[in-house]
Amino acid sequence: MPVQTKKYPPLPDASGHFGIYGGRYIPETLLPAAEELTAWYEKLKNDEVFQKEFRYYLKHFVGRETPLYFAERLSAHAGGAKIYLKREDLCHTGAHKINNTIGQILIAQRMGKKRIIAETGAGQHGVATATVCALFGLPCVVYMGEEDMERQAPNVYRMKLLGAEVRCVSSGSKTLKDATSEAIRDWVTNVADTFYIIGSVVGMHPYPMMVRDFQSVIGLEAKQQILELEKRLPDAIIACVGGGSNAMGIFYPFLNDVETIKLIGVEAAGYGLETGKHSAALCKGKRGVLHGSMQYLLQDENGQIEIAHSISAGLDYPGVGPEHCYLKDNNFVEYVSITDKEALDALQLLARKEGIIPALESAHAVAYAVKKAPKMKKDQIIVVNLSGRGDKDLGTVMKELKF
Amino acid sequence: MNRISETFQKLQQQKKPAIVPYVTPEFPLKGTTVPLLLALERAGAAMIEIGIPFSDPLADGPTIQHSSEIALRNGATVLRVLELVKEARAQTAIPIILMGYFNPILYFGVEKFLTEAHHSGVDGLIIPDLPPEESKEFRELSKKYGVSNVFLIAPTSSEERIRVIDALSTDFTYCVSVTGVTGSRSSFGNHFDEFLHRVKRNTKKPFVVGFGIKGKEQVTMISSIADGVVVGSALLQAMENATSVDEAVSLGKNFLSSLQ
Repeated sequence: MPVQTKKYPPLPDASGHFGIYGGRYIPETLLPAAEELTAWYEKLKNDEVFQKEFRYYLKHFVGRETPLYFAERLSAHAGGAKIYLKREDLCHTGAHKINNTIGQILIAQRMGKKRIIAETGAGQHGVATATVCALFGLPCVVYMGEEDMERQAPNVYRMKLLGAEVRCVSSGSKTLKDATSEAIRDWVTNVADTFYIIGSVVGMHPYPMMVRDFQSVIGLEAKQQILELEKRLPDAIIACVGGGSNAMGIFYPFLNDVETIKLIGVEAAGYGLETGKHSAALCKGKRGVLHGSMQYLLQDENGQIEIAHSISAGLDYPGVGPEHCYLKDNNFVEYVSITDKEALDALQLLARKEGIIPALESAHAVAYAVKKAPKMKKDQIIVVNLSGRGDKDLGTVMKELKF
Repeated sequence: MNRISETFQKLQQQKKPAIVPYVTPEFPLKGTTVPLLLALERAGAAMIEIGIPFSDPLADGPTIQHSSEIALRNGATVLRVLELVKEARAQTAIPIILMGYFNPILYFGVEKFLTEAHHSGVDGLIIPDLPPEESKEFRELSKKYGVSNVFLIAPTSSEERIRVIDALSTDFTYCVSVTGVTGSRSSFGNHFDEFLHRVKRNTKKPFVVGFGIKGKEQVTMISSIADGVVVGSALLQAMENATSVDEAVSLGKNFLSSLQ
């Protein structure tokens, strides 16, 4: 093995920045709350009792560890590198989102918060939040865009069954961006007794760091599993990026290995990057501030936020986590994009070749792996983060395929 | 001495509170901004706050969200707002404060914005999502171009933070009345008096109170402790159904008079 010279610095810095990205661009009312949460998290991060409890729930409630599965027929079809799937779709509730909600609710409980709020796009984070609220007996309000409530109706019913109140957001683009704004407005209003469980590596410090840490269980497991299975590390790791939590989770434990492992984040190209109707903030956005942090953003020539588009509700967000912005600028990760159609094709391909129906989000990562594998040697290895399962997308998929 | 501190000094001598209307530019109709601003001055406004509309106003309730959408449709970009200030500045010496979220300013270019703001006759800036911690460069540049920084104090701010915010604000601070978003509400809760006194004790500069103020009674109560009030949503609501610029201006002016 060659000696690695490119090292990843400890980030964020004390003020919550990843280089120029991240930070706390929030109203004064929330600033003390963000500072208080940071202090709690810094303490709990090194608290063995807390970490033990976190691991307990991941194992016995979420069902970790998730398998790292060799997709033999998919690899043969692609014709090149061996493709492994990190099966986050097998987590309880159907996606990686619950890793983070378990972590955050354990903090909320210790802080003595009486009420939980969350935003959701595809509804996976909403379901994961409603689930842990049921588990710990706390009232839960989930903000969801009107358009997403239509696209992801099964998840709305799941949240309701779990006892959560789903509040419909009909302002702006009626999707994740507006649901997030509404959740922040709720937090500003009820900050004394309310804990805001953010679902991705976005928002104000400490959320991008905290969510990354909780999700990094994905990468830690994958590293150990591939060493057991193949006696070596992979050549490439591929994950989809909306806000970017599943990608941060699998990339983070490999950031000191980027000279030998190619890390690839896949954004949603929607109808195509050239059409302007996409969600590719890293590929096409410009630096800006939204929802509390500096990041790449889709915006118009007047600095107004543009409406993102993706067939996948979970990727349909005009911004992206600040740490991804740092990773892009400093060449730790390559960011590419996959169109709606390519994702839809990959979803069907994986269903038929492996008997796994992935979420439309994760299908973006699968699509890129299938493109990339033939350009690699047969003894090389790709790990794809299969972040979620596709049940929630059946409505959208059936409509697109005219079944 | 600048226009803002002169205004506060004059009001303190007269023992009068600063009545500060917040207007969303080009709301409800295109062409409303400059005549409205002049009419509000005649109706007793001490300073004028003008919003820079943003697609995602995090700290605002439904009224200002809605008015911002209309303003954007009516072409109220950063550049247009600066032009409107310039137009008004040719006709009045009233202090003008711009209030807007950071992203449109950042996209315009911070230094370019401050240069243009200075040349257009802007006196101060309130950026609700740029707290002191993130504002170092912005403060230095504001100083260079002689534009006043106004930071916000919230009910959640500790006494120590209040003192820091007061020190970093150039001429005065903006005290947010409640934990919440902008928009009129029926009461300010039980600890409101106590909060205003806490702010008073920990500030050396004047402070104005905003968020949820809609009537004369509140203005009188608050200005017994604070140096002034900001009225936004209630003023915009009074004007929202106007069908002509003249009607909007007269509704706005009457509303402001009703507060005094």
